[in-house]
Amino acid sequence: MIELEGVGYSYGGGELLSDVSLALAPGSFHFLTGPSGAGKTTLLKLCYGALVPTAGQVRLFGQDRREMSRDDIAKARRRIGVVHQDCQFLDHLDVAENIALPLSVSGRDLLAEEANLRELIGWVGLRERAQARPPELSGGERQRAALARAVIMSPDAVLADEPTGNIDWEMSERLMRLLIELNRMGKTILIATHDLALIRSAKVHVQARVLRIAGRRLHFAGADL
Amino acid sequence: MRAALGFLSELLPGDTQANRVVPPSGFTATLTLFTAAAMAFLAVFALALSLATGRLADRWGNELARTATVRISAPEGQMAAQTAAALRVLETTAGVARARALDDAEQAALLEPWFGPGLPLDQLPIPRLIELTETAEGFDAQGLRLRLAAEVPAAVLDDHTRWRDPLVRAASRLRLLGWLSLALIAAATAAMITLAAQAALAANAQVITVLRLVGAQDGYIARAFVRRFAARGLGGAAIGTALGCLAILALPSARIEGGFLTGLGFQGWHWLWPLMIPLLAGLVAYAATRSAARRRLEKMP
Repeated sequence: MIELEGVGYSYGGGELLSDVSLALAPGSFHFLTGPSGAGKTTLLKLCYGALVPTAGQVRLFGQDRREMSRDDIAKARRRIGVVHQDCQFLDHLDVAENIALPLSVSGRDLLAEEANLRELIGWVGLRERAQARPPELSGGERQRAALARAVIMSPDAVLADEPTGNIDWEMSERLMRLLIELNRMGKTILIATHDLALIRSAKVHVQARVLRIAGRRLHFAGADL
Repeated sequence: MRAALGFLSELLPGDTQANRVVPPSGFTATLTLFTAAAMAFLAVFALALSLATGRLADRWGNELARTATVRISAPEGQMAAQTAAALRVLETTAGVARARALDDAEQAALLEPWFGPGLPLDQLPIPRLIELTETAEGFDAQGLRLRLAAEVPAAVLDDHTRWRDPLVRAASRLRLLGWLSLALIAAATAAMITLAAQAALAANAQVITVLRLVGAQDGYIARAFVRRFAARGLGGAAIGTALGCLAILALPSARIEGGFLTGLGFQGWHWLWPLMIPLLAGLVAYAATRSAARRRLEKMP
């Protein structure tokens, strides 16, 4: 559903990624790792269409990124949930409204999705905090709210960029369990992280492939990580 | 036309959630409202000026163009005979619909505004005036002048063109200035709303980023801003227009019954014109915000 073919990306002068090929198949679980500044975030942005590759081809759901209009990209985003390390919200709306935001921007009937929304808020453990404003949330709560917002549209893929970067170990494990559950429900998951312990603990529960960016290229790391 | 329809559909109550995604802004909203009101207030006067000078030009151009005056300055004894001779000439002139000598009372009324009441007219050598009305085709002023010179040497034809033309020109020019002012006011409103909208878009960069991330299309994001500014433009202009109309109503009436002047203000169905100002302001705000939002969004991933 998300395919990269010989993709290169350069900021200004320097080339950050070159000749990256990757196909995220439905239901797959990938970790993306590598040192800071290696291009993990850039690769993720290429995957959800925020960046246009300077070389090669990116296809989102069969559509060439270069031929997609801004509205096409908006529609593709509804099928790809994204969680950032420092996730941003609309601070003047409460947590429940923020989680429901993808529904309202795509014109879905909020009343019809009410039960769905409540269940999702319960699933990420934010029932008591549903009426709070995002700035009142702790780091872990923010990450879980962002995850709930990323999956409310029942997307085909969830991309997470250092989702556990700002939270403690216990909370990280909890978040990982949610992501693994999503994968069991058939979602494609791609998580960028430099936390190898997290990858190891997750691999116990899920068949995950590990990708590593090194020297501008993408390598498939061995199972012995 | 499409812009107008789009504008109307934006104002209809509908997706209130789309309005809520942009945080409310207190101070800039008040400023936008105030500027729209001030511009509308000025627009009412520019409009009144244009319409009043338009009326003036029409009146001077049409109604007065079809009248002329023959003045007879003769010694006391010959006045009646000369007047009768002039009337005979006029009655046989093609293009003259009606010719009538003013009587003493009418002449006194004409002079009264200038000399005050109680003027002993009978003791002054006042020329006799004959008022004539043209037919639609008009008469040949040069030919009539020649005939009068031959048959009634004391008569002088005045067809008003000498003083009418510069007045009509001045009124037309004034009307043009009025319309130009309206255009400038509309452009200034557009510029002001554009600046306000750009400030709002910049202040809400994070909101826009979040909305794009969760799959909002540009139209949805733009709408949230456009609606707000169109409503402010419309609301502010409605307040300004109402105040402007009240101010026009409160102007002392400058109309002199039967005179050539006209008051600054609206007459009859012209009162409908100011109602266009809020609509136009809303439309201008809509277009300005829309293009500002589109330009801004194009630059965001």
